[in-house]
Amino acid sequence: MSLLFQLLAAGVVTGCIYALAALGFVLIYKSSRVINFAHGQLIAVGAFIALALTQRGLNFWLSALIAMTLTFFLGVVIERFFLRRMVGQPIISVIMVTIGLASVLDGLMYLTPYASSNNSYPVNFTGSISFAGISLSSAELFAVAATLIFLGGFTYFFNKSTMGVSMRAVSDDQMAAMSVGTSVQRVFALAWAAAGLSAAAAGLILGLKSGLSLAGLAGIGLKVFPVVILGGLDSVLGAVVGGIIIGIVENLASGYLDTLVPGGGTGAVLPFAVLLVVLLVKPYGLFGTKEIERV
Amino acid sequence: MTATPPSTAARPGTLASPGTTSAGRSVAGDLDINNLEVVYHDVVQVLRGVSLRVPAGSITSLLGTNGAGKTTTLRAISGLLRSENGKVSSGTIRYRERDIQTLPGTEVVRGGVVMVPEGRRVFKHLSVEDNLRAGAALGKGNWKTDLERIYAFFPKLETMRGKQAGYTSGGEQQMLAIGRALMTHPEVLLLDEPSLGLAPMLVAEIFENVRRINQETGLSVLVVEQNANVALRNSDYGYVMEGGKIVLEGRSSELVDNPDVKEFYLGVTAHGQRKSFRDVKSYKRRKRWM
Repeated sequence: MSLLFQLLAAGVVTGCIYALAALGFVLIYKSSRVINFAHGQLIAVGAFIALALTQRGLNFWLSALIAMTLTFFLGVVIERFFLRRMVGQPIISVIMVTIGLASVLDGLMYLTPYASSNNSYPVNFTGSISFAGISLSSAELFAVAATLIFLGGFTYFFNKSTMGVSMRAVSDDQMAAMSVGTSVQRVFALAWAAAGLSAAAAGLILGLKSGLSLAGLAGIGLKVFPVVILGGLDSVLGAVVGGIIIGIVENLASGYLDTLVPGGGTGAVLPFAVLLVVLLVKPYGLFGTKEIERV
Repeated sequence: MTATPPSTAARPGTLASPGTTSAGRSVAGDLDINNLEVVYHDVVQVLRGVSLRVPAGSITSLLGTNGAGKTTTLRAISGLLRSENGKVSSGTIRYRERDIQTLPGTEVVRGGVVMVPEGRRVFKHLSVEDNLRAGAALGKGNWKTDLERIYAFFPKLETMRGKQAGYTSGGEQQMLAIGRALMTHPEVLLLDEPSLGLAPMLVAEIFENVRRINQETGLSVLVVEQNANVALRNSDYGYVMEGGKIVLEGRSSELVDNPDVKEFYLGVTAHGQRKSFRDVKSYKRRKRWM
């Protein structure tokens, strides 16, 4: 029984990080209907910028702040120079642009000394808390807290600020939003900026929790797909719920099923099995926007 | 071919003699369109020299059948042609001493000219209140007091402020779309077919509201309509468009009595009888002024 609780707790922690990673993906899709295949690379870029800074002796928190600021502007630059030209182009072209972008970012990171080996932040996050037989490291607790703060902040922004309302309006009906003077380009740029920032945050937290490797970080970009398909591509709440469900599924699978399967590794497979099933029975996801048909 | 332009209407492309409701000379606050030509995809010419004026503080109607170029005219004014692959190839749109035909949509709205798109286009998944709030995107004032202002015009919207806009009725959506546009603090409101798909009673209510707002705030309105009857009854001056040109214009009260308008747009013959759809052939034959 205590194994179950331990796995559930670990699942929630992983799920929170997935949710944070998925957040930026959802932001971009929600506002501009672009599926960003370079999201994992954004996560990795943010994490490695912070690593580079800390290795030069900078304080970890300061490095984290700088990394998030830089990825914020990286998002703006990507939107300005690549995606803005693609407005109105077929969706497949836009997707190919993001895939190309992923390869370019990958390549750039391999040029640095950080991508080829496993690293970790030189920061001391020791100690753990345990109650009722569940023990969580302080890095894990920090991950959950940071995720909740970020998600709460974005939810507040979308519901309470005029810019947030404008972003939702653009995702609902671009032409109508333009008719009241909304600058669609500014909305897209902001969506990419926010995606960059939240990607860096996810990368930092992942790095703290389980070390930094390019494959691991960029791979989260793929994990985002079952999460957002389950939660609904354009729902922030869906990203959270989907993230936690996928996190739990993954941990339960590797805790229970791996012992039964000779090769193990069910934790990596099962989330994608969930993705396929969800697409079959609920293609809009749990919280995705369905078209309103008035009769 | 056979119809001669009635005496009340001027030749296409020129403005009518000054009346009490439409000024002959341009006054500050008038929206002036001169010889406007619009081309889609660089080849399809939709507007062929449209000239019209929306005098400050008045309601002007623009009538015409499908494909006459009414919506294109409104899109050209509001700077929304680019997303439709269209552009103004010649002519000017002047508002407050400024040529606005090259401005992007955001700047046109900032300058005080806003369009309510055809088919209402409310943000279906947003609440009624968030729909209105989205109209405050440019931040031209305090959105909270603006909301109260809109709710004063349309009390019904306030009762459903939390409701998802996609689930409100067509009439409510039209009010909402107008309210959303009013949130931008416009001086000129461009209405694209507000009657589309609405019951006659609701159409009358919409036009009553537009009239009331026009009288209370001095807002200028350019309304595009296929429903000539209700548009002429609720406007000061009217233009009739066909094939990308203005073919007829005059004071609305006079246009209503114009035999051509009567026959082609109101479905009443010169003898005051309702026209039957059997006569649709003569409609086609006689309609060509140009």
